[in-house]
Amino acid sequence: MKAEIRKIAVFVEETHREAGQVIAPATRKAVAVAVIRNPFAGRYVEDLSPLMEIGAELGGLLGERAVAALGIAPGEVESYGKAAMVGEDGELEHAAAILHPKLGAPLRKAVEKGAALVPSSKKMGAPGQVLDVPLGHKDAAYVRSHFDGVELRLNDSPRAGEIMVAVAVTDSGRPLARVGGLEAGDAKGEDGLR
Amino acid sequence: MPEVIIRKLASQYEEIFHEFGPPPARPYRRAAMLAVIENPYAGRYEAEIQPFIDDLRPLGLEMARRLVAIMGGADQVEGYGKGALIGAGGELEHGALWHAPGGYAMREVIGGSKAIVPSAKKVGGVGARLDVPITHINAAYVRSHFDSMEVGLEDAPRAGEMLLALVMSSGARVHSRSGGLEAWQIKGEDGLR
Repeated sequence: MKAEIRKIAVFVEETHREAGQVIAPATRKAVAVAVIRNPFAGRYVEDLSPLMEIGAELGGLLGERAVAALGIAPGEVESYGKAAMVGEDGELEHAAAILHPKLGAPLRKAVEKGAALVPSSKKMGAPGQVLDVPLGHKDAAYVRSHFDGVELRLNDSPRAGEIMVAVAVTDSGRPLARVGGLEAGDAKGEDGLR
Repeated sequence: MPEVIIRKLASQYEEIFHEFGPPPARPYRRAAMLAVIENPYAGRYEAEIQPFIDDLRPLGLEMARRLVAIMGGADQVEGYGKGALIGAGGELEHGALWHAPGGYAMREVIGGSKAIVPSAKKVGGVGARLDVPITHINAAYVRSHFDSMEVGLEDAPRAGEMLLALVMSSGARVHSRSGGLEAWQIKGEDGLR
């Protein structure tokens, strides 16, 4: 099953100053979101594999759109995350079917490598509701400077029979990261953790 | 003259393929460019605020250029709008400083549009949303192009800041069918029809 996309939106943020300190180069995040028809809205369906295929399609599409919005090469992506918000006629499990089984592999292709788990969040929501996409370093989940998140919302989505699916990428960590832990430069990036 | 101190630049871009009706040949697109800057007049009443208009012009041009790039070129732009969210330490009037630099920057970058740039402004807290109106770039009465785009950032505007916005759109609403002056009927001389 192909995703029936009603809308794609892309948000980019650059932080040039934080707490009076100049951030140079600016830290940057991009998040791409697709609003799709939920083929299983309003009924219980046991087999969610069509949604898993939609997840695979959107992982590549949204990953590429987010990377393109930053204007960087895939290998320059430092952290990533994914999230979904299901409209009220759907089921939380629909978000899980899109996000977890198959979205990751094409997303990793779009960001080159990606040894680490893609952090995720999911919820049910109404049009205009906020979706917070968690962010973590793409090759080493313990890199503390890259734990972050990005908020998105669309005033008209998700309608009751829709699902919003989002992929976020960055080319940097937090603007003034200074709480220690594993540094990006020290990560091996082999086991996805350190 | 006060320097323009930018904390954040952000963009929003939407491609709308349909809204439960027949999809048009090309999706309807709209985009916003946002800047979060320090409000040099926050926290006090200042009588002379107009010098900041000129200070904002380079920022306006930079934002308009980026916005046109997001839209895919000046020939892709058929509608526009602008807005300002003033942090709680400021005054509505501070947002009015954005009219000239924001509007003329878009007109310059698009290449001589005729119609007034519609606008919205308000004072708001962190996370406030602003609905920025959109109308046709050459004829304000073109009904199919009346639209708006909601903009905002979760961490702005802080009390001493302003969030400035420019918005552009690619054409008619996705299922426009409410009549009125159509884009192909305009003369494009007086900016109205």
